[in-house]
Amino acid sequence: MLDLLKIFGKPKASKEVAKERLKLVLIHDRANVSPQFLEMLKSEIIKVITNYMDVDESALDIQLTRTKSDDGKSTVPALYANIPIRNIRNSGK
Amino acid sequence: MGEVIVVTSGKGGVGKTTTTANIGVGLALAGKKVVLIDTDIGLRNLDVVMGLENRIVYDLVDVVEGFCRVKQALIKDKRYDGLYLLPAAQTRDKTAVSPQQMMKLCEELREEYDYIVIDCPAGIEQGFKNAIAGADRAVVVTTPEVSAVRDADRIIGLLEANELKNPKLLVNRVRIDMVKRGDMMNIDDIIDILAIGLIGVVPDDEKIVVSTNKGEPAITDDKSPAGQAYRNIAKRIMGEAVPFLNLEDDGGLMFKLKKLFGLKAT
Repeated sequence: MLDLLKIFGKPKASKEVAKERLKLVLIHDRANVSPQFLEMLKSEIIKVITNYMDVDESALDIQLTRTKSDDGKSTVPALYANIPIRNIRNSGK
Repeated sequence: MGEVIVVTSGKGGVGKTTTTANIGVGLALAGKKVVLIDTDIGLRNLDVVMGLENRIVYDLVDVVEGFCRVKQALIKDKRYDGLYLLPAAQTRDKTAVSPQQMMKLCEELREEYDYIVIDCPAGIEQGFKNAIAGADRAVVVTTPEVSAVRDADRIIGLLEANELKNPKLLVNRVRIDMVKRGDMMNIDDIIDILAIGLIGVVPDDEKIVVSTNKGEPAITDDKSPAGQAYRNIAKRIMGEAVPFLNLEDDGGLMFKLKKLFGLKAT
């Protein structure tokens, strides 16, 4: 498939690769977080959430990304979390 | 009251010293009184780039330690009226000077000179802290590479944390041919990522190597594209609005043909 793309499609300009890599690395630099930090955060979030609902831990997706600020003028780092719920426990009430 | 401008980058080898030398000569040629300070103690180079290495008697450390007066340490560049260099010490290290001492020195110099341009060492440690301590404005030099832009981003954050707001970006060593074929980030890409204002774009130019070989800053070379870019940058520093060099438009036949047929390279 990759070879086909090389033959028929225009290969991705290397500057696009540079931009993508740079944006990713800057998200981490700016927020001053390491992958270990994210793992710690992830396990803490699971701990709290499982008190209230049954979630699919293996499908949990947490990452730092960037989003437009409220005024739409700049981009700011954001914490993105996708936590699939299996079942909500109502016993807490 | 003069202004203190620090030239910094984070990453080494992107052209801080060359930029400092060229801006300094440009400002002096415009009739300003200028002092260039090399704060790269232990690894000084502004003296050789300026071609003044044989005239050093006293240095920055001698001044802050009170071993001599500032006036005694300033080397007058005989080629350009009003241009002076305060060289770094070569046999000491960055801890020989403190940010407080740099602030005091800048205050003293701005009484008498229009511009004080500080050549900052690479890195974010003591040398960087010394270099930015007395500055009013900052020029951040980068090249269109992932490593240099990443370090520039870090430096911009540190400058803003140290109350140096609105640093300006200088993109150095741009290869127009590579930008055109998409193998080098263009100015908009870099500005978009770093989100700061632009002070200049300097094309990659062999004449910089030749001028550094001779110790004569390229800004005086009418035929050097980098020299032209530095002339524009010096004007912008003095507050003039100079349009940026158009990297896409080389004015060549192919460009005109493409434009005619609406195929202008983007």
